[in-house]
Amino acid sequence: MATIVENPSLTGGSPGAEPVVDNYLTFTRGWKSWAFTLDHKRIGVMYLCATLGAFFVGGIMALILRSELFFPGKQFLSPDMYNHMFTLHGAVMTFLFIIPGIPAAQGNFVLPIMLGAKDVAFPRMNLGSFYLWVFGAIYLVAAIIFGGLDTGWTFYTPYSTTTNTSVILATTGVFILGFSSIFTGLNFIVTIHTMRPPGMTWFRMPLFLWATYATAIIQVLATPVLGITLLLLIAERAVGIGIFQPELGGDPVLFQHFFWFYSHPAVYIMILPAMGVISELISTFSRKHIFGYRFVAYSSIAIALLGFLVWGHHMFTSGQSAVSATMFSFLTFSVSIPSAIKVFNWLATMYKGSISFATPMVYALSFIFLFSIGGLTGLFLGALSVDIHLHDTYFVVAHFHYVMMGGTLIAFLGGLTYWWPKMTGRMYDEFSSQMAAIGVFIGFNLTFFPQFVMGARGMPRRYADYLPEYEFYHQLSTIGAFVLGVALVAAVGILVRSLWTGAKAPPNPWGSATLEWQCSSPPPHDNFATTPEVGDPYAVESVKWSDSERGYVKNPSYVPSKDH
Amino acid sequence: MSTADVVSPVTTPGEHHAHSGEGHDHGHGHQPHLAHHFESYEQQFDAGKLGIWLFLVTEVLFFSGLFCAYVVFRVLYPELFAFGHLFLNKELGAINTVVLLVSSLTMALAVRAAQLGQRQVLISMLVVTIACAFVFMGIKYVEYTTKFREGLFPARYFAPTPEALLHAAHMIHDAQSHGAAGHAAGHGAHDEHAADASHGHEGKAGDHSHEEVNKNGLTAAEQAMVDSVKVPANAGLFFSIYYCLTGLHGIHIIAGIAAISWILVRSIKGHFTPLYFGPVEYVGLYWHLVDLIWIYLFPLLYLIH
Repeated sequence: MATIVENPSLTGGSPGAEPVVDNYLTFTRGWKSWAFTLDHKRIGVMYLCATLGAFFVGGIMALILRSELFFPGKQFLSPDMYNHMFTLHGAVMTFLFIIPGIPAAQGNFVLPIMLGAKDVAFPRMNLGSFYLWVFGAIYLVAAIIFGGLDTGWTFYTPYSTTTNTSVILATTGVFILGFSSIFTGLNFIVTIHTMRPPGMTWFRMPLFLWATYATAIIQVLATPVLGITLLLLIAERAVGIGIFQPELGGDPVLFQHFFWFYSHPAVYIMILPAMGVISELISTFSRKHIFGYRFVAYSSIAIALLGFLVWGHHMFTSGQSAVSATMFSFLTFSVSIPSAIKVFNWLATMYKGSISFATPMVYALSFIFLFSIGGLTGLFLGALSVDIHLHDTYFVVAHFHYVMMGGTLIAFLGGLTYWWPKMTGRMYDEFSSQMAAIGVFIGFNLTFFPQFVMGARGMPRRYADYLPEYEFYHQLSTIGAFVLGVALVAAVGILVRSLWTGAKAPPNPWGSATLEWQCSSPPPHDNFATTPEVGDPYAVESVKWSDSERGYVKNPSYVPSKDH
Repeated sequence: MSTADVVSPVTTPGEHHAHSGEGHDHGHGHQPHLAHHFESYEQQFDAGKLGIWLFLVTEVLFFSGLFCAYVVFRVLYPELFAFGHLFLNKELGAINTVVLLVSSLTMALAVRAAQLGQRQVLISMLVVTIACAFVFMGIKYVEYTTKFREGLFPARYFAPTPEALLHAAHMIHDAQSHGAAGHAAGHGAHDEHAADASHGHEGKAGDHSHEEVNKNGLTAAEQAMVDSVKVPANAGLFFSIYYCLTGLHGIHIIAGIAAISWILVRSIKGHFTPLYFGPVEYVGLYWHLVDLIWIYLFPLLYLIH
């Protein structure tokens, strides 16, 4: 492999020279130095901008949907347009934002630095996966332009093989996005396996890396199945292969099996990295070693593996056999064990900690609250009898938004605010940022909690209209959606504003002991001039506050304990 | 690989290999083909190797969806598979199997040559491998075009021509006489009909010009045989699965040709040394997997009882 293209004279760092003034942002200039960069940090930043852009688009669609639902009856969307809108909201949010959000954007930036490495194992593949994301996004946009899409993000057959909307364009886009996801996961697994620094054993890795590793396993093992499913769907539409078409002898339920074999594990692609972020945040902002490190680490792997065995719980009403439904129900409940282990360990970490309510911690606390609700309501849906009643109602919508949005998005914001000083070298305004975080929490609950109630009372999902008795809940939900929208724009706006007005960030503003806080903010092009010394990632006593540095510095009196 | 090996900053490439003599050529600070973020050739090689194995895992899972569909439909409709496979040409399938096995051997020899630094052997073995891949695709082309001509399309467009059905009738007849008249007789009949079918239209026109033929171009006896064939419902589903599996495999062969060609160009440029041969090995592993998938496809599709 060739060495990196830009400025090879600087690679390897310059030990003993004056403090590094060059950083990865200013290392090279011009748009080409970004478009063709192989630097994981720049690729991470590009992913961040791209996924946030997708999130914005998906969010606008959500607000349009909620506005339409403010009153019963038709307001401004035809039922057909409504179908297009919720389909694209789901597809954009799932494939363009949540799945790549934390691993590809924040993981790309942080993972190699956490390992004390210069880059991921395959930098060119990393850039390639970003451009695959871009192409996938272009296909999805093309699908919107050329006829839209009204199948729901799940593309269920036989409707998806008969509708005249642009299913082929959209599924091609998702197919490409799948490869983007596979390459990210593959890259991370190899990087974690082969590029750990001396002294960093598996059980000295930050938990974010464990979570990313578990995520990557799912990305590598599940995504290809989605790929082949979508290819079969494309072939079904293009040349009528009939595998999913009952009138040709095919089986539409087989499509559901294939689809959920990917898409249920994909739920853990979304939540596992979020859990990794939360493990970092809780320990750092409680100024306490993470409680039960090994349990948290193993629970990530357990979730990843169990996640492969539960896809059938999406098909309790699709006519699968009673025996398999019972097995899937049982296995679904088993996922709650490792999830609960994580929550208990986070709570135990906070116990008697010195808790700071900095913005990332506000998000982390929101996460625990919202994820717990999302997880516990998942048990309702995993129970066979209750699911018959709740299937395809707003209860399901509320449940997965609590996990996906209350979990993943909140952790994404927590991670973003946590690593923002590292990424940009700027501190954001703490108070306004905390207020935005609280606004997100309130807006979120106002949006989705009423949906549990109306779902339990029978409001079906994916309907453009409803009976008058649901009006109150829909109006609460719509008001909440706008509060949430404003708070989210504010939260991101405060961060962006810090680029111009923020104070310069110290290397370690929060007092964390993981390696990414040992290099300067923003990091130099090669991250570290020499491979850093590895210690316990959660030995928060190893750093102490320094007024002159306005950040944390090495604690000279720290003696590593034998326990960890 | 031990962690100490990975990070030792002073590791010279030669230390990791038996062929340290060749290694010294590149040991002067500038190490060609060693990416800046790796500490040593060994770390780079290990990363690449793990990467390609993971990629192969994704490939296996990619095909697994289709194999799963195969199993589901074979269990649901065994008669479809028993009927559909009559139209596949076992001889061509067997030749292709041998061709791919040979290509796997030459690929393995190419990897060995790269490790030993035998550039000429490496180049010639890669050329043979690519040639085998082209032979495979050529035979596949013949098979596909024959099927298209016989109207053997995927489910929705499945419309076998009378000739195709006549061929199937002969095959069914053979299978029955096989049991009754003993091995030798059955085998002879089989060969005769196989030749008949492979000649297609022109053979028919020549052989039966003196007999009266109907609108299908068949004699009354042949038409009776065709009529005796019971085409199971949804018979086209077999061909859907056949085209999906062999088509996806064919795409992988084409990708393999591209990858091996890339390796060939780099070999001609002399990029590979006993120290740096990773890409040859990675492409080799990919090629073996593509061969292996065919080893499963051949019996699953062509050799059904």
